[in-house]
Amino acid sequence: MSDGNNGERNTAIKMVDIYIMGKRYTVPETLTIIDAMEYAGYQLKRGCGCRAGFCGACATVYRIAGDFELKVGLACQTKVEDGMYLAQIPFFPGRKAVYDLEDIKPSIADFAQLYPEIFRCLGCGSCTKACPQDIDVMQYVAYMQRGEFDKAADISFDCVMCGLCTARCPVNIVHYNAALTSRRLYSRYIARTDEFLSERVTAIENGELDTEIDALIRTDKEKLKELYNDRDIEK
Amino acid sequence: MPYTPQLKELMKRVEKTRTARIGQDYPRMSPQEKQEVLEQFHPDHIEKGFRKIKVGVDRGSRMPVEMADVFESWSRLRGVNLDLQAEPDYDVDVLIIGGGGAGASAALEAQAAGASVMVATKLRFGDANTMMAQGGIQAADKANDTPAIHYLDVLGGGHFDNIPELTRALVMDAPLVIKWLENLGVMFDKKEDGTMITGHGGGTSRKRMHAARDYTGAEIMRTLRDEVYNHQITVVEFCPAVELLLDEKGQAAGAILYNLETEQYHIARAKTTVIATGGSGRLHYQGFPTSNHYGATGDGLVIGYRAGAKTLYADSIQYHPTGGAYPPQLLGMLVTEKTRSLGATPLNVKGEQFVYHLETRDVEASSIIRECHGRNLGVPLPTGISAVWLDSPLIEIIHGEGTIERRLPAMLRQFKRFDVDIRREPMLIYPTLHYQNGGLKIDVNAKSTVENLYVAGETAGGIHGTNRLMGNSLLDVTVFGRRAGRNAAIASKDLPIPKRLSLEHVESYHRELEETGAADERIGPMLLPHYTHR
Repeated sequence: MSDGNNGERNTAIKMVDIYIMGKRYTVPETLTIIDAMEYAGYQLKRGCGCRAGFCGACATVYRIAGDFELKVGLACQTKVEDGMYLAQIPFFPGRKAVYDLEDIKPSIADFAQLYPEIFRCLGCGSCTKACPQDIDVMQYVAYMQRGEFDKAADISFDCVMCGLCTARCPVNIVHYNAALTSRRLYSRYIARTDEFLSERVTAIENGELDTEIDALIRTDKEKLKELYNDRDIEK
Repeated sequence: MPYTPQLKELMKRVEKTRTARIGQDYPRMSPQEKQEVLEQFHPDHIEKGFRKIKVGVDRGSRMPVEMADVFESWSRLRGVNLDLQAEPDYDVDVLIIGGGGAGASAALEAQAAGASVMVATKLRFGDANTMMAQGGIQAADKANDTPAIHYLDVLGGGHFDNIPELTRALVMDAPLVIKWLENLGVMFDKKEDGTMITGHGGGTSRKRMHAARDYTGAEIMRTLRDEVYNHQITVVEFCPAVELLLDEKGQAAGAILYNLETEQYHIARAKTTVIATGGSGRLHYQGFPTSNHYGATGDGLVIGYRAGAKTLYADSIQYHPTGGAYPPQLLGMLVTEKTRSLGATPLNVKGEQFVYHLETRDVEASSIIRECHGRNLGVPLPTGISAVWLDSPLIEIIHGEGTIERRLPAMLRQFKRFDVDIRREPMLIYPTLHYQNGGLKIDVNAKSTVENLYVAGETAGGIHGTNRLMGNSLLDVTVFGRRAGRNAAIASKDLPIPKRLSLEHVESYHRELEETGAADERIGPMLLPHYTHR
């Protein structure tokens, strides 16, 4: 069975040569790196996840023949190119600080306990350059250093935690884990809580909303259909 | 791959009708019209896509052909010698199989209830459809809404086939779950004063769709995963369960895990077991492309069924109306329903709308299939398939410039990667295999029909009847994941350590396969899809 992503029905597909861990394979140029690896015969275990750019499983390092620059990308979101030399990063052993969200505050002091290495940032920008989501990673590290967790949360939000930033960092910052902690701190302590939500929870726990729903549960199907078809819909 | 000159030519028709379409509400279908389009065009009504299963507790019941095929398969342990009475490799109160939203929720609750817990998962922790859910999570937590109103929406969407008690649990727990997630630091879209920003989804009568931009599932999943790690719960990755273990009374007692790296088998003994392995889109029912995660091969269904767990609505599959159709790299990939919630409408090759843009998913998908294959008014693509437009530039006109970048950053990015700017150019879409409405049968405690076996998330069936609404899956995995974890932990307290671990149920399943000749050469569960080129 085909994943369907390979555009096989095209009559005149151009083929390109790629090198997976040094070995040459000839594949259609329309394929993403993931599809090309499968086309080449790999049944993927590691380095393959959602195949839609959300999970960060398929961080890949590549270089185009004749060029010296090492590039990075998500294999499911990057098309193959002729002369592409590539290898995947199957697992990244970055450190995650263990913490109890209820015991910490969005303060520089607390954050420094969890991720002291962020203060060693040299400002080289390698992390930002590596990010396949185009996040300004170095900027959010700066925000974290200054305790501006709202800003760090905002600009780091699209992170898929692929680890490529950390792979390039000369001072071993684990950006993606630190960013996750800032977002949780922001959401827990800086963003306001929804007050009506809290009231609703109390009402449910006190059984105040049981009567209405239990009446529906006892209603027969024909009557329910009528209620459904006649229900008013919020504009 | 940008749109070809031919497509750009066809796109002009969309641009031509756009101004006239602004502010015009296309009429919703009547119940009769809905029934008609479903019966004629929904894949669940295409009889050759189904057959009756020949073995097991539901023998004789209707299933998609591809699902029946993996159910009628030999165990991976056939011919493997394992000493089940040896000291187990893992020994816990609660074994959770699956590391998605349901598994993570179950793990947190089980540990909070005082049990020793482990999570075993096939790929990485968080590699799951939960991670990919974009649009939102429903909960009735506004003044003009109640769980009862939510309940009626879920029932109507599900064709009144829902198990009432399960749906009740879903909607009543919903605000509790949102509160739980808010406390855990999930970054929901909010107003300055803390009020959740909510919108509509297909089939909702109130604006109760909570979102975290269009990364809602990813935001929930990464937060839950972080929390599981904070609680230092044992997580074993790249280790799918290939069979359940039963005890001498036929009650669940753990599982055999398979280390994908070393190809060794491990025995995990547990007093109670939770299956949270997700869906089965990667079985590609009726040849459809899928929006599902690489790991969605229905493994939990297979091992649960072999152990005697009954199924419900196994023949009900959800096709998401808006899967990517072009550029070819995006084929099958989910285009979030939020795109339509924000006002984008489906259009045929003439640039005309043919269906209200927020019908329930099954009706919307069937109408798109009808437009392409019943009325022949689809947009012909260079790849040989037919699709319809989804007029995303309308969003910027309705809500102002910059809305797409702010509310649909993932969509914008994904199409841009392949040279389509959805702020200016409409998307090309076609239904994609998205969700398994049915699954293993459970009660409100998330308990299956097998003792000491719990099931949560997409693997379970009955909550959504025969069609799920947008935003009720993230809700389902958290509500029933938590229920499964809590109840499995509580039940484990009164249970002794399982004495005699057994795989006799697999042997008797094999005998049935031999008698019926049903299995052919197939081995299951599938674990990894086969996409390698010949």
